[in-house]
Amino acid sequence: MTVESFPIAARRELANAQLRANLRAATDTIREKRARTVAEVPDWQELRDAGRAIKADVLARLDEYLLQFESAVEAAGGHVHWARDAAEANDAVAQVARGHGVHEVVKMKSLTTDETRLDDALAAHGIRAIETDFAELILQLDGDWSSHILVPAIHRNRAEIRDLFARTIAPDIASDDPADLAEAARLYLRDRFLSAEIGVSGANFAVAETGTICIVESEGNGRMCTTLPPVLVSVLGIEKLVPTFADLEVFLQLLPRSSTGERMNPYTSMWTGVTDGDGPRELHIVLLDNGRTRVLRDEVGRQALHCIRCSACLNVCPVYVHTGGHAYGSVYPGPIGAILTPQLVGVENAPSLPFASSLCGACYEVCPVQIDIPSVLLHLRAAAMRATAPSAKTLVLRGVAFAFGGRRRFELAQRLGRVLQPVATHIVPLAAWTRTRDLKRIPRQRFRDVWKARQ
Amino acid sequence: MRIALFATCVGDTMFPEAVRATADVLERLGHRIEFPAEQTCCGQLHLNAGYPDEARALTARFTRIFAGYDAVVSPSSSCVGTLRQHFGVANVYELSELLVRRFEVDDVRARFPHRVTYHPTCHSLRVTRVGDAALRLLRNVRGLELVDLPRADECCGFGGTFSVENADTSSAMLADKCDCVESTGAEFCTALDGSCLLQIGGGLSRRGSRVRPLHLAEILAAG
Repeated sequence: MTVESFPIAARRELANAQLRANLRAATDTIREKRARTVAEVPDWQELRDAGRAIKADVLARLDEYLLQFESAVEAAGGHVHWARDAAEANDAVAQVARGHGVHEVVKMKSLTTDETRLDDALAAHGIRAIETDFAELILQLDGDWSSHILVPAIHRNRAEIRDLFARTIAPDIASDDPADLAEAARLYLRDRFLSAEIGVSGANFAVAETGTICIVESEGNGRMCTTLPPVLVSVLGIEKLVPTFADLEVFLQLLPRSSTGERMNPYTSMWTGVTDGDGPRELHIVLLDNGRTRVLRDEVGRQALHCIRCSACLNVCPVYVHTGGHAYGSVYPGPIGAILTPQLVGVENAPSLPFASSLCGACYEVCPVQIDIPSVLLHLRAAAMRATAPSAKTLVLRGVAFAFGGRRRFELAQRLGRVLQPVATHIVPLAAWTRTRDLKRIPRQRFRDVWKARQ
Repeated sequence: MRIALFATCVGDTMFPEAVRATADVLERLGHRIEFPAEQTCCGQLHLNAGYPDEARALTARFTRIFAGYDAVVSPSSSCVGTLRQHFGVANVYELSELLVRRFEVDDVRARFPHRVTYHPTCHSLRVTRVGDAALRLLRNVRGLELVDLPRADECCGFGGTFSVENADTSSAMLADKCDCVESTGAEFCTALDGSCLLQIGGGLSRRGSRVRPLHLAEILAAG
């Protein structure tokens, strides 16, 4: 898989002024809410330290925790499937569906199954996946895709959604009032929930000690998917583990405040294996690698696997706020996408993503598990330059490095820079600057000349 | 105390006034400043552009040239932050933090009777962590009216090579920053980084704004 060049994708997205206005309004609100609820927690920094430490431990001993988790799930009556890549994960889900002769499954919001493109894979097997998260439903009905980790349809407005529903699931929809939109989705989905024989979920956390899976959500559709159908399949990345049940205490405080700016999310569901007379009678858990063990091998980059998908880094990122999520060419947009995608698919397949940042550091500041995104970006930039053929940029920067390597060379380069500036501003790369910005004229006297004259 | 001045490649070439002002402010306080003429660049450009080997060579050169000084002062918070965070150089200071944190001086007896807004650059805020050092100095400048900048902590879109490699995104970020700067009604927009001021100034100039970019050192040296 090759990811489209970020500058090109960004240029296309930047042309959409409505998108920018929607994003600015939505991210302003959520940023402000996050800042307020985080400020209420006196030990927030300690919680972040704990979150980071727990995740670092999980990654350091992932092999042990995964086997422990598998044993615990099986002891509780669940089945574990190991998937090396997206195709194996999708096949595991399709096998379960075919085994039950099912042609329709209900799905809750799950980035991991977006990553594996499960819906398309199931469709190829003649199985229809119904997205039940409000935003995911909108995107599915319109053949669109997610542009935000938490708010997938952040780029769509109410009027667009009303028109879409009128065309698809609710011909008689009354207005674009949120209550009417929600009611239309509810009426459409309720029948699916009640008739579905298989539910598909992702996971926010999985407890190695107990085999428990935990999901947090706002709408309650996830709980419907995980409790009503007699069969449940949960697909999760291998990095979603936490060692003990008590560790959830840390993440259930960090996640809602960081993501929606709420003290607590409306629904927290947990299940451990199967229980007679309560919930699904059959539980399958698919553990997905899909590049994660490759990420794990990189000592600097592996902290990207700490991510708990809160999306706080998107909401504070000035690049994301301007370009939106689609410019990142992956289900993981924003700063976390810029470090996760190149590692998952190989930096040679997404070499522009580590450069899709001004390195302002706002992401690192808000990250609930303290992923040092700017440092990982620098690390991946170096990897991207090594992985791609030398370009004009390499020539220029090597030349500059040579010029900066000695006083006489440097002073000559300064002089040359001043002489060439009027012409250079019309040539790449400076032409990209002067298209929208003036460039201060290099003054005749450098500081070193001023200093010499003063002595 | 031996204090060396690190002009930075951009400062030496593009902003001689800001570098000179940095020396002036410190000399006015009775410090003797030296300028090692062998200096060129700290390596930040190459580090950020994806060339860590070239960066390390330049940083090693920097360390050699500035060895033996008690403190190195620079008018660029971004270069100082990079040297400190990524290359472990301890005794480098951005001007305002040297004054306020090390020398505990927040009044340099400057006079600048103008309306000024302050853009806290990303690296001064989040890497070099100068805190409110610049604001404390600005509040004590005679005649200066300090006006708050809306969305102050949002990046101006410079980001080194980002400004040309992602020129469209950089320009969109800059447009928002210029809107905020202009909304203050200030005559000057000041900051601790010449390169960010190059971006903000370039944007303001292109839209024919009357707001001018000015490095903090030049305000502190005025009067």
